[in-house]
Amino acid sequence: MTDSDKIERHTLAVLVVNEPGVLARVIGLFSGRGYNIESLTVAEVERDTGLSRITLVTSGTQMIIAQIKAQLERLVPIRRVRDLTEEGPFVGRELALVKVIGQENTKRGDVLRIAEGFGARIIDSSESSFVFEVTESTERVDQFLAMMAGHGRLEVARTGIVALSRGPDSI
Amino acid sequence: MSERQMSGAEMVLAALADNGVDTIFGYPGGAVLPIYDAMFQQNRIRHVLVRQEGGAVHAAEGYARSTGRVGAVLVTSGPGATNAVTGLLDAQMDSIPLVCITGQVPTHLIGNDAFQEADTTGITRPCTKHNYLVKDIEKLAETLHEAFHVARNGRPGPVLIDLPKDVQFATGTYRGPEAFEFSYRPPNEPDEAAIAEAVALMAKAERPLFYTGGGVVNSGPEAATALTELVRLTGIPCTSTLMGLGAFPASDPQFLGMLGMHGTYEANLATHGCDLLICVGARFDDRVTGKVSAFSPGSTKIHIDIDASSINKNVRIDLPVVGDAGLALKAMLKLWKDARHGSRAEPLKPWWKQIDTWRAVDCLAYEKGDPVIKPQYALERLREALKGRDDVYITTEVGQHQMWAAQFLPFEKPNHWMTSGGLGTMGYGLPAAVGVQMAHPEATVIDVAGEASILMNIQEMSTAVQYRLPVKIFILNNKWMGMVRQWQELLHGGRYSESYTAALPDFVKLAEAFGGRGLRATTVDELDGAIRDMLETPGPVILDVAVDETEMCFPMIPGGAAHNEIMLRRQDQHETDPAAREEGMVLV
Repeated sequence: MTDSDKIERHTLAVLVVNEPGVLARVIGLFSGRGYNIESLTVAEVERDTGLSRITLVTSGTQMIIAQIKAQLERLVPIRRVRDLTEEGPFVGRELALVKVIGQENTKRGDVLRIAEGFGARIIDSSESSFVFEVTESTERVDQFLAMMAGHGRLEVARTGIVALSRGPDSI
Repeated sequence: MSERQMSGAEMVLAALADNGVDTIFGYPGGAVLPIYDAMFQQNRIRHVLVRQEGGAVHAAEGYARSTGRVGAVLVTSGPGATNAVTGLLDAQMDSIPLVCITGQVPTHLIGNDAFQEADTTGITRPCTKHNYLVKDIEKLAETLHEAFHVARNGRPGPVLIDLPKDVQFATGTYRGPEAFEFSYRPPNEPDEAAIAEAVALMAKAERPLFYTGGGVVNSGPEAATALTELVRLTGIPCTSTLMGLGAFPASDPQFLGMLGMHGTYEANLATHGCDLLICVGARFDDRVTGKVSAFSPGSTKIHIDIDASSINKNVRIDLPVVGDAGLALKAMLKLWKDARHGSRAEPLKPWWKQIDTWRAVDCLAYEKGDPVIKPQYALERLREALKGRDDVYITTEVGQHQMWAAQFLPFEKPNHWMTSGGLGTMGYGLPAAVGVQMAHPEATVIDVAGEASILMNIQEMSTAVQYRLPVKIFILNNKWMGMVRQWQELLHGGRYSESYTAALPDFVKLAEAFGGRGLRATTVDELDGAIRDMLETPGPVILDVAVDETEMCFPMIPGGAAHNEIMLRRQDQHETDPAAREEGMVLV
């Protein structure tokens, strides 16, 4: 297998005009052409200019990733596409809300110790459950969930990552 | 430009006129009545009433492709819009600039499953370059102008505006196109360094080849002129895709014919054997490349395309050049001249010698029939009869006849050849011919058709009669869906499942029923006279040519095969590897 056949995961930042149907356009492009979406987040980031920012995690060979970027850039309401993975170091975070529901063998102390270790905040608690809020890289969130899994039944809501490049450069 | 108050319906017409549209193809219905009412009260825009909305879109494509302008379409909501979908995707695949206006139910009814409601922007999102639903009358003028801007800039394509009926009635402010700035600005100017690198590669290659496509035609006549000059100046051979035919004169000795699945032997073997492939405005689609892993294996590849997403999509490119084909060709021409490279006829002699041996195979040869008319012969006689006519436009339907037309008819000028390349839409040719003839009333416009394809939009014969459009429908009638039959013979053991049409109409009577003229030729003796009659008849004509029912279209690169595995005749199929045939069978 050569480098060019290797499947890579890339995080893309996409600025779009916040108009009806723009998200459908992006998602339709991915489903229509058979590209992967591992996660996608979107929200308006510039109210006065009406721009939204999509953070998109996708995977594919180098050729596919280049295709995805070129196909995105071709969409009329898309202003900018940046490949954060390619363009240098970036920070990515996702927020997870994790409900840990106590089972017979659950020890509250163990659960709280793990939460502390990950900097997770308790945002709800009852006699037999906690809801934690953890904001971390995807890998750290995965670790958090793996560790909690041994201490209760979990219900999880995750945002998918949002990301910015490191340093003073902006999109 | 002053501001004016007017209704949404009037704005549509004002914007069309301000964007250079003189003809719109359409079909009325409940959700576009205000626009039709406004149309009744003006005379700047001429409306062509088609017989089905699909015909309107293909007619607009023919109009656009033959004039270089944006084609315009007006249809109603619901079924009007859904009937237009095939044409929109056809235009999207072949990069034809269109603006299509669809009526929509009033804003307050959207989402209620109202009568003739469809989610038109949802349905057409993947088959347009861009689309809009305009709910606010104050945004209508800008949206209309932006639609034209988007349709014609960058890689051209169809743009749709869905317009609810209440917005057509509402009154708002109209401003002309110059009042707006549009943020859609695709790159146009090719990178100078890349052009210089391309020229340097061309100056030292031993076996270079130009591979040109529809992008050269789309860029405008200047691009075709620059291409012709560059090819002749350098002495490099040139092949073209189906969509690019006419950009370089087919009669020029440097032209190798079309490449790809039914391209010439010399074009395909040259593509396979070249050491430098200079692709201009083409997109390496599967009909051209055949088996991608074996496509032009030893060449350095330059790809000039206005659409960055076309580059490296199917085939790995060594030197990408993003930009307009015409600008790139002119820049290359200038650089070539400045560097005094001159003609490379001398160093390319061995390459040309090789090409000449491929040419000597005479791949388009066929066995002449008598009295049975071979389809190739019919086209050769048509070509002969067209000699001396200056302004000849050819449209086609889709199938064997389309490939034979591409192989046997002369293409000397750009914008004179309209065919459905990417989508392969049967039923394209007749409405496209209607559109071409509307734009060029004095020209000879011929739809080369098959008897199956022509029935898909035969209703447009009625349009041709209504507008006194003297389109000539030249049917190569073999009673079969010829290309389907050919694949069934080659790949499905001769099981001709549903590819025979057992109850064809009498095309002569059919033409007469529409108010046109019908002619028939069933033997070689009758052919020339019938062609002459067809061309000399002032109105629309159907000429039904009965051709050999089992003739196959060659050369052929079977699906999944490489260019050097090209078949020249029926017998060649036994020589191909059965495993490759299995693999090829799943391809289309």
